Amino acid sequence: MTAPTVTGASATTAAGSGIVTGAANRGLPARLAARTGSGALQIVLIIVALLWLLPTFGLLVESLRDPTQYSGGGWWHALIHPAQLTVANYQALLETPAMRSGFLNTVLITVPATVLVILIGSAAGYAFAWMRFPGRDFAFLVVVGLLVIPIQIALIPVVKLYAALGLTGSIISVIFFHVGFGLPFAIFLLRNYFAGIPSELMEAARMDGAGEGRIFFSLILPLGMPAIASLGIFQFLWVWNDLLVALVFSDSSSQPLTVALASQTRQFGSSIDILAPGAFLSLVVPLIVFLGFQRYFVQGVMAGSVK
Amino acid sequence: MAVVEAPGRPAASDRRRPGRSPGERGWIAAIFLLPAVVFLGALVLYPLIYTVIRSFFNDGPSGRATTFAGLKNYIGIFTAQDSLQAFENNIIWVIVVPAVVTILGLFFAVLTERIHWGAAFKIILFMPMAISFLASGVTWTLIYVDTPSRGLANSVVIGVHDMFGSQRSFPELHPGNSAKGLTGNPKQGFTLTTPVTSSDVALFPLTGFNLTSPPPGAEPAVKPAPGNGISGVVWNDFKLGGGGTSGAVDQGELGVPGIKVEALQNGKVVATGTTEANGTFRFADLGNGSYQIRLPGQDFTAAYQGISWLGKDLITPSIIVAYLWIYAGFAMVLLSAGMSTLPRDVLEAARIDGASEWQVFRRITVPLLSPVLLVVFVTMLINVLKIFDIVFIIQQAAGGDARYGNVLAVQLYTDYGNQRFGPASAIGIVLVLLVIPAMIFQIRRFRKDES
Repeated sequence: MTAPTVTGASATTAAGSGIVTGAANRGLPARLAARTGSGALQIVLIIVALLWLLPTFGLLVESLRDPTQYSGGGWWHALIHPAQLTVANYQALLETPAMRSGFLNTVLITVPATVLVILIGSAAGYAFAWMRFPGRDFAFLVVVGLLVIPIQIALIPVVKLYAALGLTGSIISVIFFHVGFGLPFAIFLLRNYFAGIPSELMEAARMDGAGEGRIFFSLILPLGMPAIASLGIFQFLWVWNDLLVALVFSDSSSQPLTVALASQTRQFGSSIDILAPGAFLSLVVPLIVFLGFQRYFVQGVMAGSVK
Repeated sequence: MAVVEAPGRPAASDRRRPGRSPGERGWIAAIFLLPAVVFLGALVLYPLIYTVIRSFFNDGPSGRATTFAGLKNYIGIFTAQDSLQAFENNIIWVIVVPAVVTILGLFFAVLTERIHWGAAFKIILFMPMAISFLASGVTWTLIYVDTPSRGLANSVVIGVHDMFGSQRSFPELHPGNSAKGLTGNPKQGFTLTTPVTSSDVALFPLTGFNLTSPPPGAEPAVKPAPGNGISGVVWNDFKLGGGGTSGAVDQGELGVPGIKVEALQNGKVVATGTTEANGTFRFADLGNGSYQIRLPGQDFTAAYQGISWLGKDLITPSIIVAYLWIYAGFAMVLLSAGMSTLPRDVLEAARIDGASEWQVFRRITVPLLSPVLLVVFVTMLINVLKIFDIVFIIQQAAGGDARYGNVLAVQLYTDYGNQRFGPASAIGIVLVLLVIPAMIFQIRRFRKDES
């Protein structure tokens, strides 16, 4: 970010709020202001940032509070009475079988659903980018169109399909559904990225006698890593955070954390000792993924910005 | 995502590779595409066709399709109360959210360019995007819950309300059993049956204070001296351990502090006052004549309860606010990225020519950014049409008013749960029809990028 270092009047008007020094020092406040922006703007944006953090912070504090305090007042009371804080909720949560299996199921659903989408999407993306077959361009437009199809239309027929296949309620049924609806975005993103790989590299590999499989695994996948990472993170977060798909396709043995928690939301007040820490635990993993890989996440969002 | 131009790439590669026939290549392409075709066909395309057909059929037991229904399921969306409500709410979402998210994102994107810690600001605002709607829903329910001492929003609202001098309220107070001379009820307030004239002393004996924890600020009641206009006292005509004369201010009885008193003449309020800590009040500058003295009802009704955020009227706006919290950062990041591609020299030239920051924003930044603004807007439009999770979660805490926050996708899920597959399918198809303009937009944009 190159802040405007022009000495023009505009830079100083936006900046010079309050700092009145001698004319000789004019350069310093102007430079300072150019670096930091005006005081009022700073304050407004600090307030906005705090407002944005406040809900999550409240959830964290509530999750650490003795649940008997809930009916007595909001989480902010714990800031004045830190004695209310405890990790007992988290201990209790981790000892609740439904929550433990929910957490495990979330992992068991998310990881395969992400890996499968990457593999299948890469293969199709490569075919769309570098192979010639009849109807290719039309088929790809269909994929682009499918990007916006709401998953809701598939619930009833897929429930019936799974029943016919004997998959009802299984973890696999949830994974497969996520793969199906993750693919249009995956193919769209990867095809566009793969198409940008210089064709000379593939020519050279073919000259050396490499087959399509070799080229795909040892050339396309490594070179496509930035896009694959974006896709992976995006798909990971999408599946990890999903509620609707799991609500419809999982049963009590295969339900992920979101479904296990959603069933508690009806008794909001009396289940707060499970809901608050559970919700916070469920957001820790995505948050780590987001903070660790935000560059790829942002790229994924920007490339897709349709889902 | 630069789409590098590779002129005639597949054809060229075919020519340069002797020994492999086009037929063989098609076979390889089929292998690469097969898994995707199977998944997309079975889980997206086939369901789409199935749902279109199913939406025209009636429901039998356990959701089995029976007879042809024509458009009945579609008409039902706009006549059944719950789905009509859902449709109306979807319209509100569509009108409000994409526009507000885009504008918020634009302002944040422009403003973060001017601060040193713009990257940190972006991370903070973008973070809710990574969080599940479930966690966001629980988080915002914590804010919206109704009991004043629990919900953050209501605590703030009540705090502000009380700060602006609203009267204290004493729902526990009422005229004692033996009190004479007072008429009325807690709703309308209590009036002295005998009108008073200037220099009289008006007595309001009430009972009901919890004497083991009296209201803060209450001091022992004092009977004011007559003269200098109408004076009087409002007090709790009972003391710990009993005793004292009913209707008289006895030692140890507490005044009612800060309660409103009105003087009326011919049914009109001509003066209002508030009691002191010892329960006394005085209307010094009233003219001669007789007056009715009244304690208005507002002070006897229960304390201000704050706002019913998840009630009938506000549930949809409340959920929308939570949704804005999630998506403002998304819009900001996309628009920031768009802004980084704007030609700096154009902006600088305008500034040097004396354009104000607002003019630069309005006349240069916004027009140059309009393609990205459109993408953000359309993306939000698609998201909002399909909105489900956060509405579903926050509705759980709304009890009987939940249906006022209904949206189409939630209604679809409800119909699905009740095995009303016909109406559920019809809603699904309506959602598809609504996103088709957005789909066309996406395809056009893609084609433009390609060429």
